[in-house]
Amino acid sequence: MLSRESKILLIGNPNVGKSAIFSRLTGAKVTISNYPGTTVGLSQGYMKFRPDEMGIVIDVPGIYSLVPLSKADEVAVDMLKEGDVIINVVDATNLERNLFLTLELKEKKPLSIVALNMWDETRHKGIEIDVEKLERELGLTVVPVCGITGFGIKELREKLVNLKKTSKKVLTKDQKWEEIGRILELSQTLHHHHHTLLERFEDISTRPGTGLPIAVLVVYCSFMLIRLIAETLIENVFEPAFTNIWMPFLERISSLMGSEGFFHDVIIGRLINGNIDYGQSFGLLSTGLYVPLAAVLPYILSFYLILGILEDWGYLPRLATQVDNFMHRIGLHGYAIVPMILGLGCNVPGAMALRLLENRREKFIAATLMAVAVPCMAQIAMIVGLVGERGGRYVALIFGILFLIVVVKGVLMNTIMPGKSPEILWEIPPYRMPHPKAVIKKLWMRVTEFLKEAVPYVLLGVFIVNMLYVLNAFDFLARIFAPVLTGMWGLPKETISALMMGFLRKDVAVGMLAPLSLTTKQLVIACTILAIYFPCMATFVVMLRELGIKDMLKSALLMILTAVSVGALLNIFL
Amino acid sequence: MGSLNLTQLKAKQHAKVLELDGGYAFVQRLEALGVRPGIQITKISSHFWKGPVTVLVGKTKIAIGYGMAKKIKVMVK
Ligand SMILES: Nc1nc2c(ncn2[C@@H]2O[C@H](COP(=O)(O)OP(=O)(O)O)[C@@H](O)[C@H]2O)c(=O)[nH]1
Ligand SMILES: [Mg+2]
Repeated sequence: MLSRESKILLIGNPNVGKSAIFSRLTGAKVTISNYPGTTVGLSQGYMKFRPDEMGIVIDVPGIYSLVPLSKADEVAVDMLKEGDVIINVVDATNLERNLFLTLELKEKKPLSIVALNMWDETRHKGIEIDVEKLERELGLTVVPVCGITGFGIKELREKLVNLKKTSKKVLTKDQKWEEIGRILELSQTLHHHHHTLLERFEDISTRPGTGLPIAVLVVYCSFMLIRLIAETLIENVFEPAFTNIWMPFLERISSLMGSEGFFHDVIIGRLINGNIDYGQSFGLLSTGLYVPLAAVLPYILSFYLILGILEDWGYLPRLATQVDNFMHRIGLHGYAIVPMILGLGCNVPGAMALRLLENRREKFIAATLMAVAVPCMAQIAMIVGLVGERGGRYVALIFGILFLIVVVKGVLMNTIMPGKSPEILWEIPPYRMPHPKAVIKKLWMRVTEFLKEAVPYVLLGVFIVNMLYVLNAFDFLARIFAPVLTGMWGLPKETISALMMGFLRKDVAVGMLAPLSLTTKQLVIACTILAIYFPCMATFVVMLRELGIKDMLKSALLMILTAVSVGALLNIFL
Repeated sequence: MGSLNLTQLKAKQHAKVLELDGGYAFVQRLEALGVRPGIQITKISSHFWKGPVTVLVGKTKIAIGYGMAKKIKVMVK
């Protein structure tokens, strides 16, 4: 039945393991996380089903039913027309709800196979499924699989190739639920089972009395862990590598190049008191590599490691439930916490996840708040490094200011903009033990992506800084912006160079503040403004795509207004 | 016992769903998650400050916004 151009669609409820099976079938890399809405775009991959024949496999965003209720649903339902074969992924621990979509699919597509995923979890949940009976009653081929370990995937492939057309019977909604009841009566037995430790923890972290303190504790511990891991890495791996191995090499090249001159300054950087200084020299091979690799990469590594564990454990939807009431006050709903947290890693995936949000109003508010007050890990790393030298309380001050901006601006937007924030309605997935292999794979994906994206931009940024110095362009800009810069914010005119750089890379921009010998107050103001005045280029492009030009312009205007007024207020009150 | 809405139910109480008192999309979304008239549910918790209500339907935990929860009529056994 399959041919070279066959399109094979993976369709199922959210969070049933479609992406896990997709990457098993195709070897392609996709994000897998224990919460609904991980897959926002379509991923495509190729699957070999005979030695030299391939089919195209598509990982479709999760849907509960073929009656589309949101834009994302529509995308998924539209895809259905193009598919030749359907792999309907169902969660074996939750058959009743999953089979509704199965029956709907059976009416629409004659060629479908059911992948009974999470097979490994059925036993300890006390669920016994008679696969043969289920196949017979459903009238579809059913294969038990485990997307995480790959169990059953081979059988799924084989049966996929030899799939036969099924007969269809059109049922009304109520008839479908009746039919599901009948099928499960025959094929599923539920045994009583003792609550596992994880399940007990699930209960206490869902109730508000215990859940809220747990949420605070989880977030606090996560940040402490991120710092601890990052600082340990910096101290024991990255700093030594850069001082003991890379520095002697750079010094050799530097002296070979004659220690000065245009090319020397571009490649190695200007010497500070006769030495190369990773923070201040601004050469491609010194600052250009040090910032992304030694200052930022350790934080990216540890952030994504902890985030990956939280994601696969299934904590994020619970956090979203805990903060829902607060989020409503700032015009959002609980799930908007997910793009915000992703944005803490890098605003680009955060902005992409804005698609999770339902309406234009909410997207606008979330995008504006993220751009203003969610600094990315690269920027945070540089702020912690630079401002931390003046005392931890100044770092805390900056983040306190950012949080205050979220609250004030959110409440304002929520009051002024017509409409209401939508109600939440989502499934809270069970806790699952994170799989070390899966966590590492996701970490690897995200880190390589960071390196591919960030390193060239940092190098470009460092290069541009050098050029602008040579051309004296900063002096010119500084004169134009002097009234705001020095007049309102109380910053020296040289900070303009950092603000310009901020459009390209915020981490480099913060780094450019280092040689300016700012007072602590100026440093706090400059770092805060760098965080809030505008998103970096890459984020801007994604936001533009998500919001459209009109909303993006409005949002940008708000950002600049916020920066001007917050900067002025800080200058007066600090 | 008479009918209540979901926000009035107490934690750990079992109840039967009587009616979903809302528009088409509202009913569709809830039914897709398995919440439909005739079904047994157990309330897990509600959150203060008009926060969401969490319930257990079959083996699934669902979080439902306060406004929506008010439109779900249930009967305690
Ligand atoms: N125990 C178990 N967990 C699984 C299995 N397949 C996927 N998962 C986990 O279920 C969650 C959802 O997986 P994902 O592929 O992102 O689901 P999708 O939303 O349908 O694409 C993740 O935490 C996976 O690690 C499986 O067969 N067994
Ligand atoms: Mg997915």
